[in-house]
Amino acid sequence: MAVQTALTRALHAVRSVRSDVHRPRRSGGGGPRGPSGWMAVTVLRQPSEVDVHRLPAPLADLGDRVEVRIQPASRDRGTELSARLRGPPPGSRLDRLGGEDAEADLRRALREAKQLLEVGEVLAVDPTPHGHRTRTPGGALVERWTTAAPRAGVR
Amino acid sequence: MRALTWRGVDEVAVEDVPEPTILNGHDAIIEVGLSATCGSDLHLLGGYIPAMRAGDVLGHEFMGRVVEVGPEVRTRQVGDRVVVVSFTSCGRCWYCRQGLFSLCDNGNPNPGITEALWGQAIGGCYGYSHAMGGYAGSHARYIRVPYADQGAFVIPDGVSDERALVASDAAPTGWTGAHQAGVSAGDTVAVWGAGGVGQMAARAAALMGAERVVVIDRYANRLDQVRTHIGAETLDYEQVDVPAALREMTGGRGPDVCIEAVGMEAHTKGVMHLVDQVKQQTRLQTDRPGAVREVIFACRKGGMVFTLGVFGGLVDSFPLGAVMNKALTLRGAQQHGHRYIPEILERMSRDEVKTEHLATHVMPLEDGPAGYRMFKQKEDGCVRSVFRLDG
Repeated sequence: MAVQTALTRALHAVRSVRSDVHRPRRSGGGGPRGPSGWMAVTVLRQPSEVDVHRLPAPLADLGDRVEVRIQPASRDRGTELSARLRGPPPGSRLDRLGGEDAEADLRRALREAKQLLEVGEVLAVDPTPHGHRTRTPGGALVERWTTAAPRAGVR
Repeated sequence: MRALTWRGVDEVAVEDVPEPTILNGHDAIIEVGLSATCGSDLHLLGGYIPAMRAGDVLGHEFMGRVVEVGPEVRTRQVGDRVVVVSFTSCGRCWYCRQGLFSLCDNGNPNPGITEALWGQAIGGCYGYSHAMGGYAGSHARYIRVPYADQGAFVIPDGVSDERALVASDAAPTGWTGAHQAGVSAGDTVAVWGAGGVGQMAARAAALMGAERVVVIDRYANRLDQVRTHIGAETLDYEQVDVPAALREMTGGRGPDVCIEAVGMEAHTKGVMHLVDQVKQQTRLQTDRPGAVREVIFACRKGGMVFTLGVFGGLVDSFPLGAVMNKALTLRGAQQHGHRYIPEILERMSRDEVKTEHLATHVMPLEDGPAGYRMFKQKEDGCVRSVFRLDG
């Protein structure tokens, strides 16, 4: 039963990866192009306090590369701040999780804009105290994932 | 400074690391007084939470004294004796304002990792892998505390360092479980696991009005602590059929609220424990859910099951049929400590919450590797190894 479960899971994973790999890429190859979907964060500020013409720097720095819109969030949740790239479509799931898609900068900018609006600063973690870093394949993988993590995400 | 670091699976060491600095305006630097081992550290040690790097500083349950504050810190001051909640939460986002501090939108600088694992990122935690933010832990002379006004709580004068230490993690985690599970007057509450978190969940349930609280474990010294210091009843799962015993204690119904405080490395009786071990070691599942299964079977129809122990990923043979057909409510959470710590400290000052007995082994940081070995192997009745940094 366990082996069967593992095989089922592995086959599902392979299918999932294949569907991503075979999806048209954002650059080269002549794949379809067009606006990406909207990425959004909900900010605990009133809509009147979020001005699309005076956006926090991380988002404003993207300039004409992005479209931005705001709308009130439901109930007491504040304001939905949404943005999308004018050019390429969303990257593959693997690219998104690795922070290597065209939207990676936008994803990070939205997160940082939310922090600036809610807290007033962007949370830093490096340099953080640590001991000797032994070079191992696992450590290299975690280092790479950690470096990408501020830009990576499910959308 | 000296710090205790993760070197690899089942390997820790004390080594020299740089001192932390203020990185954000809301930061404080704390000189650590006491820093404790926690059962959830064992998942890091065992390699079950894979986002660790050699050299990472461990430790997330601690207290100490403020020695430096950033320019945006308003309420904490240099010299304050504080206990620090193990989760980093901004206090300003919608989740924090709802009192769900561990779900903070802004407390984890590495959100991409937990988004990939769970679909959404939660707050960060000191010394608990790069998935939880990559923060250095508290097994060191100094630690940087982001959002210090939110996460550092001044310890009342009458509360000892040793007692206040537990208000960092184990106690607020226990409070989170009991409160979020909706414990109310007259309930029978069963808690699986008699470690620090399980004991604190049992104490919280009693203070929230539970008529009867029962704690389940197999270690005699821990069960003794529960009876002596927590005032709850106990069951030794190696001696009795736990669901049957609980039905007998509750007129055949089963407990109203069942809190699981064991986590991903559960030990259980019978062949399923072996099956779970094999599946976990071969990565067919990441976590062993043996205690959760028993909790679900033992809980009364329509009752509440709360997973308070730490789980990281996937489990097999989960009794979803029982959850659905018995109309159970299944909840879980990391600790929302910011919400509960003021009450806990107040109750500590009134001797309603006593925790000194949990620190069975207090030692200097240099003995940390031995402390973790004793804690993991339960040597000499070790319930918690506590490292003294200011000695």
